[in-house]
Formats: sequence, structure tokens, C-alpha cells
Amino acid sequence: MKNKILPFSIIFVFIIIFVIFYKGLQNTNIYTPDSKTIFEVPSVSVKLFNSDEIINTLEIFNSNKFYLLNIWSSWCVPCKQEHPILMELSQNNDLEIIGINYKDTKKNANDFLKDLGNPYDNIIFDNKGTNAIEWGAYGVPESFLINNNKIIRKYIGPLSKGSLQEIKLFIK
Amino acid sequence: MKADNEVLKNKITKNLRCLICQGQSVYDSDSEFANSLKIVVDNKINEGLSENQIYSYFQSKYGDWILYDPLFNKNTYFLWLLPLLIFFVGGAIIFNKFLKKQK
Repeated sequence: MKNKILPFSIIFVFIIIFVIFYKGLQNTNIYTPDSKTIFEVPSVSVKLFNSDEIINTLEIFNSNKFYLLNIWSSWCVPCKQEHPILMELSQNNDLEIIGINYKDTKKNANDFLKDLGNPYDNIIFDNKGTNAIEWGAYGVPESFLINNNKIIRKYIGPLSKGSLQEIKLFIK
Repeated sequence: MKADNEVLKNKITKNLRCLICQGQSVYDSDSEFANSLKIVVDNKINEGLSENQIYSYFQSKYGDWILYDPLFNKNTYFLWLLPLLIFFVGGAIIFNKFLKKQK
């Protein structure tokens, strides 16, 4: 009896290892960021773009309406693509759009807004890109839908027509 | 003190994966993302956070994937304990054989 346990357990272990590796073969090795995690608005002090005033983020997202936080930059080409969608969303009174101006100069950012229109109710100035890290962002453009101090949806890359419809559905 | 901080910063950034790069650590990368992360690591060290506190901070923002050397938690305990377990089971088998031979 005892002699049988060892070969059986070795075969058993090899079967387990084989199954794990075989499943691993089918897994994609391309990393896709998790875009559905719900987490809270980080409480950090930020510099406002227009007034240079330093305030806490919780003061910006203080009411219980919907906010769309959009990370953008004048040097970012996909930001120009998604700009009409932001302009369309800015017509909506139930949604406040907050921008994070990422690694940009004030002059270029102002020119960008003058040319394409300003959809933002408030802009955070983030010239070192450290603020975007607090939000767990990867780069520009990126958008977060916020309600009741919780990030309920994350859009990595430019907003599409599909995400526009989704945001409208959320606000309803 | 300053030199110590630099050593610590290098150690931490070498253990952070540059999420938008391919196969590069934050230390190796010169991307916008990695450069911002380096500044944040610097700030956190100056704020007096320990190495593990800084790892937990990034883990809370980006998940386990950002760490090359994942911290010990409920998602990773199997990963950490399996080699130890195999080691002990192997040891036990060898010990058993040894006892039998003695008899």
C-alpha cells in the first residue's frame, strides 16, 4: 500500500502542474488595465489652473452630482479627437466636467481651449504629472466618472461615441 | 541622508513595473508615466514613508501588477507558500527514506 502512495502522488502533482501550465498557455500575456475598480476620490491638495489657488480635491467633488474627471494636455493628439465629446457633455447640467491639465504649459493649454472651446467647469494644474498618479492614471487622455466621492467608471484612452452614450445613461 | 534616499529611491523604482512600457521597470524607463512615478516616489520618501508603505500606496492605486516583487497578502500567499510547502514535503520524503534505511 505504502509503495503505491508515492507514484500516485507524483502523477497527481504532475497532472496539476500540467493543467495549470496548459491553462496558462491560453491566457493572454498582454496586460489590460482594470477599468471597473470602484475606489474613492483621493484626498490631496491640488493647484487650480485659473487662480493658482491650492485646495483639496474633496472640495471640488463635494456635491452628490456626477463629475467627469478628464486628464488632458495640449500636446496630446487623441485629446483633440475626444474634445467634441467633452463639449457635447458640457451642455448637460447634471454633469460637471473637471480637467487635469497634464504636463503642459499654461500658454499652450489656454491656446488649446481657445481654439477648440472650454468644456471644463474647473481645471487642476498638474505640470509634473504627480496628480494623475493619485488617480491611478496611466497617461493622457483618461477620464473618470465620479458620483458620491466614488469613481464608478474609468475610461482609458480617448472617449468614444459608445462611452458618451454610457455616461449619458449613468446621469439619467 | 540624501545619498541614502537616492539608494532607496533606486531600489523602489527598480521594483515598480512601468505599466505602459514593455518589460521595463520605472527605473529603466524614460516615459512620461515613469518620470511622474519617480517624482512621486521621491516625494513619498521625503514625507518619511517606509519602503513597504510606498509599495502599498502604489498597489492601492494600480494593483499588484505594478510590483515586480508582490507583497504578501490574501491574493499572493499561495505564490509565496507553495515553494516552501514543496520544500518541506520533499524534505519529509527524504527523511522518511533515511529512517527506513536506518531500520
